[in-house]
Amino acid sequence: MILLWLIIIPMAGACAAWWVERRGPQWPRWTALTCLGVELAVAGALWRDAALATPLSRPGTWAAEWNVAWIPSWGIRLHVAADGLSLSLLLLTAFLGIMSVVCSWTEIRERVGFFHFNLLWTLTGVIGVFLAMDLFLFFLFWEVMLIPMYLLIILWGHEGRLRAGYKFFLFTQAGSLLLLIALIALVFIQASQKGVWSFDYHDLLGAQITGAAGTWLMLGFFLAFAVKLPVFPFHTWLPDAHTEAPTAGSVILAGLLLKTGAYGLIRFAVPLFPEASRDFAPVAMFLGVVGILYGAMLAFAQTDLKRLVAYSSVSHLGFVLLGVYAGAHPAFEGAVMQMIAHGISTGALFMLVGALQERLHTRDLRHMGGLWGRIPVFGALLLFFAVASLGMPGLGNFIGEFLVLLGSFAPHAALTVAATAGIVLAAVYALVMVQYTVHGPAEPDRRVADLSRPMQWSLVSMALILVWLGLYPQPLLRMVGPAMGSERPMVVSAEEGSG
Amino acid sequence: MLSYLWLVPALPLAGFLILVAGGRLSKRMIAWIGVGSVGLSAIVAGLVTVSFIVSPPAGGRFTQHLWTWVEAGPFVSRLAFDLDALSLVMMLVITWIGLLIHVYSAEFMAEDSGYRRFFAYMNLFVGAMLILVLADNLFLLYLGWEGVGLCSYLLIGFWYEQPANGWAARKAFIITRIGDTALAIGMFLLFASFGTVDIQDLMRDASGRWDAGSPIATAAAALLLIGAMGKSAQVPLQTWLPDAMAGPTPVSALIHAATMVTAGVYLLARTQALLQLAPAVQFCVAVVGVMTLLLAAFSALAQRDIKRVLAYSTISQIGYMFLALGVGAPVAAMFHFLTHACFKALLFLGAGAVSNSLHHELDMFRMGGLCRRLPVTCWTFLAGVASLAGLPLITAGFYSKDLVLWETWISPHGGLWLWIGGAAGAFVTALYSFRLFFFVFLGDMKTEPHGKPGPMITVPLVMLAGLSLVAGFLELPRTLGHWPLFSSFLETAMPLVHADSASVAAEAIHQSVLSLVALAGAGIAYWLYRAAPERLAIFAAAGPAASLRRVWFEGWAFDRFYDRFVVRPFIEMARTNRTDAVDAVYTAAARVVERAHVALSDTQTGSVRWYATVLAGSGVLFIWYMLT
Repeated sequence: MILLWLIIIPMAGACAAWWVERRGPQWPRWTALTCLGVELAVAGALWRDAALATPLSRPGTWAAEWNVAWIPSWGIRLHVAADGLSLSLLLLTAFLGIMSVVCSWTEIRERVGFFHFNLLWTLTGVIGVFLAMDLFLFFLFWEVMLIPMYLLIILWGHEGRLRAGYKFFLFTQAGSLLLLIALIALVFIQASQKGVWSFDYHDLLGAQITGAAGTWLMLGFFLAFAVKLPVFPFHTWLPDAHTEAPTAGSVILAGLLLKTGAYGLIRFAVPLFPEASRDFAPVAMFLGVVGILYGAMLAFAQTDLKRLVAYSSVSHLGFVLLGVYAGAHPAFEGAVMQMIAHGISTGALFMLVGALQERLHTRDLRHMGGLWGRIPVFGALLLFFAVASLGMPGLGNFIGEFLVLLGSFAPHAALTVAATAGIVLAAVYALVMVQYTVHGPAEPDRRVADLSRPMQWSLVSMALILVWLGLYPQPLLRMVGPAMGSERPMVVSAEEGSG
Repeated sequence: MLSYLWLVPALPLAGFLILVAGGRLSKRMIAWIGVGSVGLSAIVAGLVTVSFIVSPPAGGRFTQHLWTWVEAGPFVSRLAFDLDALSLVMMLVITWIGLLIHVYSAEFMAEDSGYRRFFAYMNLFVGAMLILVLADNLFLLYLGWEGVGLCSYLLIGFWYEQPANGWAARKAFIITRIGDTALAIGMFLLFASFGTVDIQDLMRDASGRWDAGSPIATAAAALLLIGAMGKSAQVPLQTWLPDAMAGPTPVSALIHAATMVTAGVYLLARTQALLQLAPAVQFCVAVVGVMTLLLAAFSALAQRDIKRVLAYSTISQIGYMFLALGVGAPVAAMFHFLTHACFKALLFLGAGAVSNSLHHELDMFRMGGLCRRLPVTCWTFLAGVASLAGLPLITAGFYSKDLVLWETWISPHGGLWLWIGGAAGAFVTALYSFRLFFFVFLGDMKTEPHGKPGPMITVPLVMLAGLSLVAGFLELPRTLGHWPLFSSFLETAMPLVHADSASVAAEAIHQSVLSLVALAGAGIAYWLYRAAPERLAIFAAAGPAASLRRVWFEGWAFDRFYDRFVVRPFIEMARTNRTDAVDAVYTAAARVVERAHVALSDTQTGSVRWYATVLAGSGVLFIWYMLT
């Protein structure tokens, strides 16, 4: 039941935020902040309970679950459940939700109520995706994320927002269509085998569809999630959408929406079709490595700061794909760690870029420089998150990337070596970014204000989380580890892969 | 006392944290925190050392486990420090030389607006470097390894307004990261093979389960070697170090001479067991060392910038350490590391003191005759130069270089050619070090110095000068009293076959030859640069000599080569694809749809006659199709 509240709170908050706009623009902001604070507290309490529980969420058990019939004739149920993985992602969602409200505080001045309505509604969709254990419900939430995000881009975005919005919509909608087809086909096949209609996750897990049908359905799921993740070569919506979205939109896109793709792969695409996924794993890992290198290369080439950060996401999410399909233990934990750490570090970078655009009215790297002397707090924080993003040990991103690489080496050494080259390229683009923003000669007589107090505290808290994840990642790793054991019978053994 | 080991890296890190987040601090406070944290760390390190020597822990190794850093599936990495003779020597050098350099910096950087930032980065560096040498597993070592790289980047680019400094900083970080990547892959390979990253376990398992010369052992050792080459600026990954001189001079002394650049030497000494399983790689280490020491020594001979001379000299001296590692004599490598840390830190600090009194002048052709005006700097600098050149008997550099070359001579992995390379390098070293001294301190005064260095600059100089002379007495060869204190201590950590089969007489002859080489170098330097400079000028102006000098000056054109074949193609490739070729496919698809839409909507003319024509025409076509 508590899980239902986790969905209801932001949903109700969304409507309330729109409703209270009539009282003034501060009201929707505080409403959104309050309800996300409550969300964070509830999710945090659940997470803590699950972390303290022993034995720690054994494979196959849920930390919390709620399951009632919805449309019985088709076997559709309101089934929500959470394990360590979903709870960790819920925490991230609530946290980044708060951050996106904070960073919109001064940036969004028009239609404030409707903005927060869309923001919270997107978050509702994300939370639902992380909780739904009924595939119909999952698809519903999957679609719920889309429209408000589209509105956030086209209503509050920058110059090229319309085109970027269409592109985002078309790409994700095409993916959703494939997901829908594959999902219905899966349910059909399962129903014809068992004679009972069911959209329930556990029932479908038992379907074990093999052969060509399994491969095609797996591809349907994979493509839908691959577009969201995004996987090379379906990534091209991302730079446009991230660049044109308002700051909060970019934070949510990079921090959360991409993670729903990764979550879908971990929770559905791989466990539902273990055999097909195992055969497909080398291809997926290869695409992951291409994404790592290609994204880094393009990030380096950009002159638009926001586009640079966007392409760096393509690169970082390649590690997640590599780790998920490596099917070995440290790699899986690494992939989840990378999801969370990337959510925070890239979210922070987008917030910094947004703050910079608010001050300089440009995102062009060629028109920046020397900001360290003018706005040192900004400079220090940008340096910190750039360094986090290039995978500095002691911060969360390093743990994510290195666990992925450590785990992937035994199953696939050659691809891992290629992926490791990505950390050199990460250094190249991250340091170029630092150089052209905060270092170099300052433009004379340009007055800029340093970050506001709330922004400073938000970003410092994000930095502290990355340090925590980097120096003591054990609580998180122990939470998410079992999520693989329960649903992954496809561990590629070291002997088999490395020979 | 040993249980306070964790404080040694923790104190500088605490200093870093206070400087970053400590609110408003006066300049005095900043200096106290910045210097004090390293000072306390040095004191604790000293106490730990005393305790380690007075009551040695079992097995010559003390391990302090703080917490489990990462545990995921089969992978475990502990945050644990491991103290043995090898890490102890490193720890002492880092903390004590680090302390002297910090004291020096407190005065040297006093006018700089980034005073606080400077000490924050320096403290972070000392902490990371200590983690590197104390780490008990490769994963933790990698934390320190990358941490020092980051600090190096931050401090090279310390004066960030100059884009050139930023370029040098990025160059240093990226080139060393190429090496780091190899190290990381080596770590993955070792983990995949043995299921652990604990260094002691790895070395034991590797010796037990891998055959000498097996491909996998060779691959693992080669990967670690590439990592070491990047960090320690060995050919062909040496090009970043001369440019790294863009940072403040104390940074060059601490990071780019005494400590960080020797991390590769430490790594290979630490993984000596693995290196011995891969004779081919071990031979490569020696060859890399000799090539580096020769190429860099010749480059040092052609420089004008006083710091670049010292940078090339550092590359060259680390080449000697690699040579020692390659011939299976890590003790000699560590001994040379110790003396080099003293005299090279001294030389850099002296160079800083000189340039500070000459309005930040670094071109030694515009210096000269400074000895009378800056006597302390001059005499201490002379001690450093003598030690670097290896003047016999009285300098530390003599003893360590002698040990390296003697081991090269007698080791089964050594050989005549390696020895000749090393001895030739010693000659050029003496030549360029005295050239440097003569240009800066003797001759006519070309720039008037102003001010005199204060006590916080001169005291570290004097102390380092003392060390540069006496540190060699820690290890006296058989010919001169036979006092193997250093090697017998280190061999508790690195059990080695020490087959001193050669006779004492041979060793004496070897030392005499080496002494003559160093003295000849110094003498010829005097003749060339003091007694008969006009002859040198005539000779140097001639065609082939001039072009050779130009090649030396630009460090054998490695930079041009990389620029041409790596950097430019990469930038070009990235530029060409800035708009993402993959997106062009989707854009093209969208365009096709758009065109088709326009074309089809053009058929909607609203003219009934046109519709009727199309209708009738299609009907006819349809019937014709059905009939055929």
